[in-house]
Amino acid sequence: MNNEPIYTAYHPRWLRPPMSTYWWLGKWPYVKFILRELSSIFVAWFVIHLLLLFRAVRGGEAAYQRFLDFSAHPVVLTVNVVAFFFIVFHALTWFAVAPQAIVAHMGKKRVPPLLIAASHYGAWAVVSAILSWLLLR
Amino acid sequence: MAEQITMQVTRYRPEVETDASFQEYEVPCPKDWVILDGLNYVKDQLDGTLSYRWSCRMGVCGSCGMMVNGEPKLTCATFLADYAPGPVKVEPLRNFPVIRDLVVEIGDFMRKLVAVKPWIIRKDEKPVSQGEYLQTPDELDEYKQYSMCINCMLCYSACPIYGLDPQFIGPAAIALAQRYNLDSRDEGSPERLELLSQHEGIWGCTFVGECTEVCPKHVDPAGAIQRYKLTAAMDWAKSFVMPKGKADA
Repeated sequence: MNNEPIYTAYHPRWLRPPMSTYWWLGKWPYVKFILRELSSIFVAWFVIHLLLLFRAVRGGEAAYQRFLDFSAHPVVLTVNVVAFFFIVFHALTWFAVAPQAIVAHMGKKRVPPLLIAASHYGAWAVVSAILSWLLLR
Repeated sequence: MAEQITMQVTRYRPEVETDASFQEYEVPCPKDWVILDGLNYVKDQLDGTLSYRWSCRMGVCGSCGMMVNGEPKLTCATFLADYAPGPVKVEPLRNFPVIRDLVVEIGDFMRKLVAVKPWIIRKDEKPVSQGEYLQTPDELDEYKQYSMCINCMLCYSACPIYGLDPQFIGPAAIALAQRYNLDSRDEGSPERLELLSQHEGIWGCTFVGECTEVCPKHVDPAGAIQRYKLTAAMDWAKSFVMPKGKADA
């Protein structure tokens, strides 16, 4: 879409205030949005770390031990602790907005937004319980 | 409660200055005065050169949107006393070019509104003699929320994506498209999807969500866009399963 104004000799000059690089620092919801966007980097790191784990398991005992040593390194440990909080933040913020995006009907009645949010948390709890059972049994 | 309040109002006079500045005015602050009353007092009593838009002063026309202490607000629905003891800063709506003082240029928004074809589109129009296209109350409820928009543009002002990329079609126009897509009488959603499935359409939105927060009519444009994304994604997926089928948006 062409947004360029057509200037004439009698057209007053429009003022176009530039947007500051730090626009997102002005308001908490904007900061939260940037943090949520940033969290995707940590989600990506989590996936990479998981793939490295799979590769190590496939590579035998020595490879697995190397992976454990690598993961126990203070830098990797710190990154993983930060990643954990960002991933929880990522999940919580998306669960919070899910009812806005999903409009489901049961018969003719709209499913209340609270129920949609609750079903996300419910599914999270069920998956976590199954994984915990698999890992800890 | 303060009897007077200081209003810091943006002034931009393109014939004499190259940048905006603030001018301070002392105005009365009775509890029933809104920001717009303060501006009208300035215009009538203190400085007739101040320019701003307003019309209905009752939250219907959508003309008097401005930044009040950095927040996009309808100035006819925002009480001066809530900002006592002041000062209260009144600026033109963010993310739009300023023509003069508090008046912004809205041509871009108007073009985008038209671009989403906000009218009922039918494949075959039936003759008037066959009567109206009927609709049940439940069908009306499907889109009613999105039809409450008054085009005040507060959502564009709250949207950093529009500020960073003015090509983005923006919250109100997409919500309006959704208003027609969800209308049981409409058959134009594939036409609208062509425009809105572009990057500048629904996919440009990263769900900041502030458009919904500032909307004075509770339209929830952010929700409308995410619903649209979900529908577009489902359509895309369906096109693999049923390549010849025509999915409804």
